[in-house]
Amino acid sequence: MTSDRKARDDRGPGEPRKPGAGQSNKPQWANGLRQLYDSVVEEDIPDQFKDLLSRLDAKD
Amino acid sequence: MGAEKRTASEKAAFKRELTDVVPHLRAFARGLCGRADMADDLVQEALLKAWAAQERFEPGTSMRAWTFVILRNAYLTDMRRNRFRGEYDENVAERILTAPAGQEEPIHLSDMHRALLTLPPERREALLLVGAGGFSYEEAANICGCAVGTIKSRVGRARAALNTMLADGDIPRRSTSDDTAHRAILEELDDVAAGNGVASRS
Repeated sequence: MTSDRKARDDRGPGEPRKPGAGQSNKPQWANGLRQLYDSVVEEDIPDQFKDLLSRLDAKD
Repeated sequence: MGAEKRTASEKAAFKRELTDVVPHLRAFARGLCGRADMADDLVQEALLKAWAAQERFEPGTSMRAWTFVILRNAYLTDMRRNRFRGEYDENVAERILTAPAGQEEPIHLSDMHRALLTLPPERREALLLVGAGGFSYEEAANICGCAVGTIKSRVGRARAALNTMLADGDIPRRSTSDDTAHRAILEELDDVAAGNGVASRS
């Protein structure tokens, strides 16, 4: 939905952030944010959430 | 309630999409409030709210963006009730991120998380959405209900702050444990909730 402006808008002030674009200028910790996020995404979903959704589904 | 207006297949699709987005909600929540147990409480709350509001979800739009708005609102409400104080979870993996030249200690993933939690909430969420969640500035602005320029400014400030902290190895153990810091955060939260964050004022 934002494809036409994306190339420009994905840049912070003077700061390339697209992977591949100006990789060398990125701070060394830049992919740490992604790692932090992905490390949680990759965890197994605790049963409490599956149970909750099943309960809600059964109730309707 | 009201859900019977939707067809069975629409309801099944909603449940499937909501289930698929749970890992992302957990990751966003963990970044926002630090502690895993509190983050999961927040996700649970968001799922209940999302389920109750499923009539308002437009099929074909982003479930992740829709539920992030719900989770964010739940987080802001709970923050104002003093439930989360940005406490750092000591269980974050001690994974080494990078070892900058000329620095004795390498940067760990846990340092990163701790540094993130010291940021003002509106900058933290902006950076999480764009830098971790991979949302565009426009999408992040929609989720936070503010202007694209505001998000850009918040992300820029957040990055600059992290840069400084991580480069100097100067990461406070707990930035929000004293009352002054906590009061300041609550004041900022009121602004964020009202749709005019700190960045837009300056």
